[in-house]
Amino acid sequence: MIARMLRLGLGNVRRDLRAGELTLIMVAILTAVAALSAVSLFVDRAERALHAQGNALLAADLAVESANAIPETLAEAARGLGLDTARTLSMRSVIQSGERLQLTELKAVDERYPLRGNVSIADAPFDAAREVREVPAPGTLWADARLLQALKIDLGQTVTVGAVALRVDRVLVLEPDRGGDFFSIAPRAIMNLADVAATQLVMPGSRVNHRLLVAGDQKAIAALRGQWAHLNDRSLKVLDVGDARPELRTALERADLFLGMAALTAVIVAGVAIALAARRYAERHLDTAAVMRCLGATQATITGMLLIEMLVLASIASIAGVALGYIAQHVLAGTLSGFVGGALPSPSLAAVAGAMLIGFLVLVGFALTPILSLKNVPPLRVLRRDLAPVPVRSAIVYAVALLALLAVAPWQARDVALTLYLLGGCLLAIAALAIAAWLSVQALGRLRRHVGVSWRYGLASVARRARTSSVQIVALGLGIMAMLLITLVHGDLIAGWQGKIPPGAPNQFVINIPPAEVGPLRDFLAGHRLKTGGVFPMVRGRLTAINEQPVQPSDYEDPRARRLVDREFNLSWAGRMQPDNVVTAGRWWPETAGAAPQFSMESGIAETLGIGLGDTLTYDIAGETIRAPVTSLRDVQWDSFNVNFFVIAAPGLLEQMPATYITSFHLPAQERTALNELVRLFPSVTVIDVAAVMDQVRLIMDRVNLAVRFVFLFTLAAGALVLVAALQATQDERARESALLRSLGAARAIVTRSLLAEFIVIGLVAGVLAASAAGLTAWLLAGHVFHVTYRINLWLWPIGTLAGVLGVGAFGLAGLRGALAEPPASVLRRIA
Amino acid sequence: MVEAIDKPIILADALGKTVRSPSGDLTILDDISFLIHPSEAVAVVGVSGSGKSTLLSLLAGLDTPTRGRVLLDGVDLNSLDEDGRAALRARRVGFVFQNFQLLHSMTARENVMLPLELAGRADAAVQAEAILARVGLEERTDHYPNQLSGGEQQRVAIARAFVTRPRILFADEPTGNLDATSGALIADLLFSLREEAGTTLVLVTHDMKLATRCERRITLTAGRMLTSP
Ligand SMILES: Nc1ncnc2c1ncn2[C@@H]1O[C@H](COP(=O)(O)OP(=O)(O)OP(=O)(O)O)[C@@H](O)[C@H]1O
Ligand SMILES: [Mg+2]
Repeated sequence: MIARMLRLGLGNVRRDLRAGELTLIMVAILTAVAALSAVSLFVDRAERALHAQGNALLAADLAVESANAIPETLAEAARGLGLDTARTLSMRSVIQSGERLQLTELKAVDERYPLRGNVSIADAPFDAAREVREVPAPGTLWADARLLQALKIDLGQTVTVGAVALRVDRVLVLEPDRGGDFFSIAPRAIMNLADVAATQLVMPGSRVNHRLLVAGDQKAIAALRGQWAHLNDRSLKVLDVGDARPELRTALERADLFLGMAALTAVIVAGVAIALAARRYAERHLDTAAVMRCLGATQATITGMLLIEMLVLASIASIAGVALGYIAQHVLAGTLSGFVGGALPSPSLAAVAGAMLIGFLVLVGFALTPILSLKNVPPLRVLRRDLAPVPVRSAIVYAVALLALLAVAPWQARDVALTLYLLGGCLLAIAALAIAAWLSVQALGRLRRHVGVSWRYGLASVARRARTSSVQIVALGLGIMAMLLITLVHGDLIAGWQGKIPPGAPNQFVINIPPAEVGPLRDFLAGHRLKTGGVFPMVRGRLTAINEQPVQPSDYEDPRARRLVDREFNLSWAGRMQPDNVVTAGRWWPETAGAAPQFSMESGIAETLGIGLGDTLTYDIAGETIRAPVTSLRDVQWDSFNVNFFVIAAPGLLEQMPATYITSFHLPAQERTALNELVRLFPSVTVIDVAAVMDQVRLIMDRVNLAVRFVFLFTLAAGALVLVAALQATQDERARESALLRSLGAARAIVTRSLLAEFIVIGLVAGVLAASAAGLTAWLLAGHVFHVTYRINLWLWPIGTLAGVLGVGAFGLAGLRGALAEPPASVLRRIA
Repeated sequence: MVEAIDKPIILADALGKTVRSPSGDLTILDDISFLIHPSEAVAVVGVSGSGKSTLLSLLAGLDTPTRGRVLLDGVDLNSLDEDGRAALRARRVGFVFQNFQLLHSMTARENVMLPLELAGRADAAVQAEAILARVGLEERTDHYPNQLSGGEQQRVAIARAFVTRPRILFADEPTGNLDATSGALIADLLFSLREEAGTTLVLVTHDMKLATRCERRITLTAGRMLTSP
């Protein structure tokens, strides 16, 4: 039984291949799998590269932190898996130079630090930075410009840290795991871990943060992460990249979204091509199936035979597709070199297997239903040609396809909202396209009384084949829509993203500006033609109670929460919300004066501290107690590099408190000397340079943009395939009709023109509808998924229409050129 | 032969077929009853639209009657589902059609091999070659249907019908698409092959000359039997 099906199935593959029946469906699968594997292999690599870049922000692939010393057993376990380890210890400590004292964020590191990323240093404050592969030698300290400035010392001088004296050796510019808050008040310094004991700063009960950093082979990291998930010690917290820098985390998340969208679009277009090819395959095999039924083949035999044929087909096409995809992503990977120190992680076997699996799933989802419906063909069809199998409802076909896509998509795009919006957009587009296509087909039928003979026949053809024409328009529309999405829309969305850091975006922050110096500093910046991003008040306060319950760092397990409670918050007040914030719960207060005392809190920090809407916060600000409820939670786009605050008060609550001011400005690279002048003229202010981090975010954006452009090529190929497949559906009929027309005496030019008229109409309708659908989807995606501003691109319509008309016209006529050149009799004989 | 007369190979019992059409129910066949004995050749004749093809499709189990029943080689077709009827066809029935119904993606040989393969026979290729030689197409075994003339295509179809040595052969106007000469050739071939194998033949035709070569005729007028056998 099985052997017989196998023989029949294989025989069918051979014969159908020979007869060219499988060419279209093969190429469709091949393109789909090639596109998918190129995309997912590349996305996989790019993602791992991006995350590697992200890991640099943790100075490790994985880390565990604790308020207590981390047991050596953990480090041994990691090394047992072949991983590298390093230890760091950070604390806030007073560093002294002569009379001057400065509270400093001090980090002690061992010789292996950092495991990922590099420490940047400079030889003088505000000099160009360079990366080094070393740490401060025992007995030395690397201090940032702010610390030097605060202590009024130069390199080479000695400072006191606890019980030891350390020589300040270098200017610390950036250490990879610098920590989240740019505006943390304290200057920073790093020293050697070996000196810590001598400082006598670490006592039982002193507030320190121990970290064990781990890096190495991915599998081992995953294994270790698994082990650490079950750590009993609640004081230990496992850190991933996400915990590192919020602005880069946001950028990475968005990068995932963009790549995911590109991949998903490719899947959809390829799926449509496969669905069309499968439909045609099924139609052309109706007679075969009927004759076989008549000759005694059972439904099981036919099903088995077709399944085997599809399986063989899918295997051949998938393997070829993956091979092609592999080559393609290899080329693509070239564009990424230099991204992470030149070495892009090699494609993972899992991604290769995943691509093949996706290929099969998409094939099953889009092709199996129409093809398997062949088994239902009534054998009576051999006597009555008009009998077709009970048609598989297109709705069922698409439901199955959708299920397959849903099975695939979250994994591809890794974002449920994106998947839902994109799929929802496509489904809506299908529905709208179907209705609109049907209506326009009807309307076009009316139009034909007013046009010449060629156009009349062309329009009549569109109307007569109303159902097929509608299906064609829907398929073409979906194809064009996907192409528009991946070109114009995607470009616009990425531009919107990149627009968040425009070339002149502030890359320097100035904090601790005394109220009296706000004016002079403004004048200074204006005098140097440095554009500021606004001046904001900043008040420091300690969170002392939530809902009248006193809070202590020890109330929290989470070290981040402990740190937040331990330190002073930077509070601000504002009437209007920053434009890049989004209220996620509650409401922002009315801008008009006289709002009740209330706070607005960033949603992430609220979650960390377990604060909800309506909770009353008590802050101690310079000895005074301020109490007010939280009336809104906000999402903050940290990757915008705007000045943002975790906690903002309504006007009226904080104005009496001692405030300093914060501003930001853009400093062109060639004017770095202005910084030295600024620091000299305004000795009390602190300058924070974020140009380096900003460059990292920009790099991520650029790479994503490049990658997406490449993916577009595959989507384009799949889109072209959709065109061919959609047109082939009616090609035989068109060829026969043209032959008939010609045998009735119509000149070839007239036949050609009428065909062209039909193609133009179909392309036009599909193009316009596709542009509208793409515009709507883009608008929804921009607002709800990507959170970027998007203005509907009016080019969608002309380009969509042009793509439709040119594409359908060119491919349609090319497909029929042979039939038009052939003598009518031979066409009729071949096709009848 | 004596035993066969006692046990008919085809029995039609009060067969009727009514279809729903936009203009109300349409009775295509009504109250058709007859017996056909093994190795008999029976012609079904009647004007166009009288229901000949419909009758054939009911007898062969390609379609189901709305009334009455068909016993094929002792098996009540009503008791079988679509797959059961297909299995029965695979073992006992062959077909020849007016429009040949060859599969266009298959060569002549592959077309003839198909029923053998469906029945799971191992020697399909050898048997197909042999019977193609018998119908005079040994030179054309690797040709595709569209490379063959109508008469040649019908010869391939006849070879395909006989290759499984079916007990019953249904033929629906096998010469209807052919000119007189090739029509006569096909008819000769059909009758001599059935003679050799002792196959029961049910032949639908409106060619009276062909009908007279059968031992018996069933005449249909507007879906009813004129002559009782
Ligand atoms: N499923 C159906 N629905 C509607 N009408 C049908 C159906 N099947 C058959 N008919 C009609 O029943 C009548 C008999 O059809 P049938 O094909 O059996 O005739 P026939 O005797 O074989 O004719 P011909 O010699 O032209 O082949 C015809 O009028 C036909 O149109
Ligand atoms: Mg007929």
